[in-house]
Amino acid sequence: MTKSLIELKNVSFQYEHTKVLHNISFSVSEGDFLALLGPNGSGKSTLLKLILGIEKPLTGEVNLFGVSTNSFVNREWIGYVSQKSNAFNSSFPATVEEVVKSGLTKKVGLFKRMPKNSKELVIEALKSVGMEDYLSRNIGQLSGGQQQRVFIARALIAEPKLLILDEPTVGIDHENVQSFYDMLVRLNEEQKKTIILVTHDVDTVSNRISHVACLNQTIHFHGYKKDFDAISNEQLNDWYGHSVRKIH
Amino acid sequence: MIEAILNYEFLQNAFLSGLIIGAIAPLLGVFIVVRRMSLIADALSHVTLAGIAGSLYLSQTFASLALLNPIYLGIVASVGGSVLIERLRRLYKHYEELAIPIIMSAGIGLSAIFISLASGFSTDLMSYLFGSVSAVSRQDLVVVILIALVVIIFLSLFFKEMFVLSFDEEYAKATGLPSRSIHLLFMIVVALVIAASMRIVGILLVSSLITLPVATAMRFAKGFKETILFSIIFGETAVIIGLVGAFYLNLAPGGTIVVTSIIILFAVISIKKLVLNFSRKGIEQ
Repeated sequence: MTKSLIELKNVSFQYEHTKVLHNISFSVSEGDFLALLGPNGSGKSTLLKLILGIEKPLTGEVNLFGVSTNSFVNREWIGYVSQKSNAFNSSFPATVEEVVKSGLTKKVGLFKRMPKNSKELVIEALKSVGMEDYLSRNIGQLSGGQQQRVFIARALIAEPKLLILDEPTVGIDHENVQSFYDMLVRLNEEQKKTIILVTHDVDTVSNRISHVACLNQTIHFHGYKKDFDAISNEQLNDWYGHSVRKIH
Repeated sequence: MIEAILNYEFLQNAFLSGLIIGAIAPLLGVFIVVRRMSLIADALSHVTLAGIAGSLYLSQTFASLALLNPIYLGIVASVGGSVLIERLRRLYKHYEELAIPIIMSAGIGLSAIFISLASGFSTDLMSYLFGSVSAVSRQDLVVVILIALVVIIFLSLFFKEMFVLSFDEEYAKATGLPSRSIHLLFMIVVALVIAASMRIVGILLVSSLITLPVATAMRFAKGFKETILFSIIFGETAVIIGLVGAFYLNLAPGGTIVVTSIIILFAVISIKKLVLNFSRKGIEQ
C-alpha cells in the first residue's frame, strides 16, 4: 500500500470574514503526480500555505508524512517552487550556483556551515534539470523558463520526497512549457518524486499526470487523470464558474 | 599623515573606527539594498538622533549625567526604533512601508524637542550630525569594535539564512526557516551599526555609507559574495580618502566620505558605459 504524504481532513479556512476554503478533504500518495486545478481566487495558493504550515486551518487538520503540520519538523522533505513572477527580484546579484546552494539551508540546519561538497551537489541538481552549463551565470540573466528550472534545482538539491510547484509556467513562453513538463515527468518517473503542480490553466495539464484535483473553495473532483478526462466541459464550467475547455 | 596618526590618539580612534565601519556598514548594506530596505537606515538614523539629542539634553540638565556618552542613548533609541518598525510593519501588513515615515517623523520630532529644550545646537551635536575626526573617543572606538563583533557573530551564524530570506522571502517561510526571528535580529544589528557609524559619517549621512558602496558594486559584481567583497572595498576606499581629506581640509568627514562614495559610483557607471560602448563598437566592426 502506498504511503500518504499529504492528508487534509475537513479543512476550512477564512481571511477575516472572507471564506476561502470549505471542508477540504483529500490526500496525496507517494509517487503521485497531481495537478491541482482551479480558477484564479479558488484558494489554491491558500491551500498550499496550509500544506506548507505558513497558515493554520480554521477547522480540520493537515497531516504531512503522517504528522500534523504543527509538529512536522522535516521541512527539507518538501521542495517548494513558488510563482516566479512574485517570488524574487530579478536584478538580485546572485549566481545560479549561489541560488541552488541556498536550497540546502534548511537541510544543513541553523548555526552550521554548508557541506564541503556543496558545489558537486549543486552541479548534480542542475544536471537533473538540464542547467549545468549555467552554474556561474547571474540568475537575472536567464529566461523565465531557465529561472524556473534553477528554482526546481534549488528544491531538488535537498533531496525532497515531495515537490510542490505553484503555477511554475507563468511567464514561460509556449514552446518551453512542454519541455518543462517533460522534465517534471522525468523527475516523477525516474527519481520517484511525488509532485503537486498547481495551475489555473486546464490546458497545460499533461496527459502524463497521474491525478487531478479540482478546487474552487471546495474540492469538486479528486481522482485519476483518466477519470478527469471523462468529465464533460459543461461540468468543468460549472466548477470553474466560467467557460473552460480541456484539451486531450 | 601616518606620523600624525601614530602621535595623536584622536586620529587613531577616528581611523580605526572608520576602517571598521567602512567594512561593516556596506557588509550589512548588501542585505539592506537587495531587500529594498534602504530607507530603513534613514529612519533608524533619525531615531538615533533623537537618542543623541535626548542624551545631550539630559547631560545639560542633570549634573550627574554630564559625563554620559550620548552613543549609549543613541544605541538604545536605534534598537528601540528597529523593534518598533517591525511591529508597525506587521500591524500595517498591506502598507508595510508606512512604518518608515512614522518612525522617521517620530525621530525628527523628538530630536527637535530635545534640541529646543537644550537651547539650540551645540558644536557637539553638529559632530553627531555630520561626523567628526576629532570627536571619536577611545570609548567610542571600543563601542564600534564591540558592535563589529556582533555583526561578525550574527553573519557567521545566519549568513545562509539571510541569503535565503533576502533572495526569496516566501521560499524562506515555506521551508520553515525562523524568518521572523532572524529578520528581527538583523534589524537590531542594523540599528547597532547605524549607531556605531554616526561618530564618523554623522547621523544624516550614515545611510549613504550603507547604500552607496553597494550601489557601486552592483554595477558590475557577479554574484552575491562578489557584491559583498566589492562593497567593502568601495566602503573602505571612501572612508580612507574621506578621512584624509577631512583631516587636511578641516572638513566634516561625513561630507568627504559621502562625496568620495558618489565620485566612485559615477566613475564606475561611466567606466562601465565606456566599456560597453567600446565592446559594442568592436562587435559592429
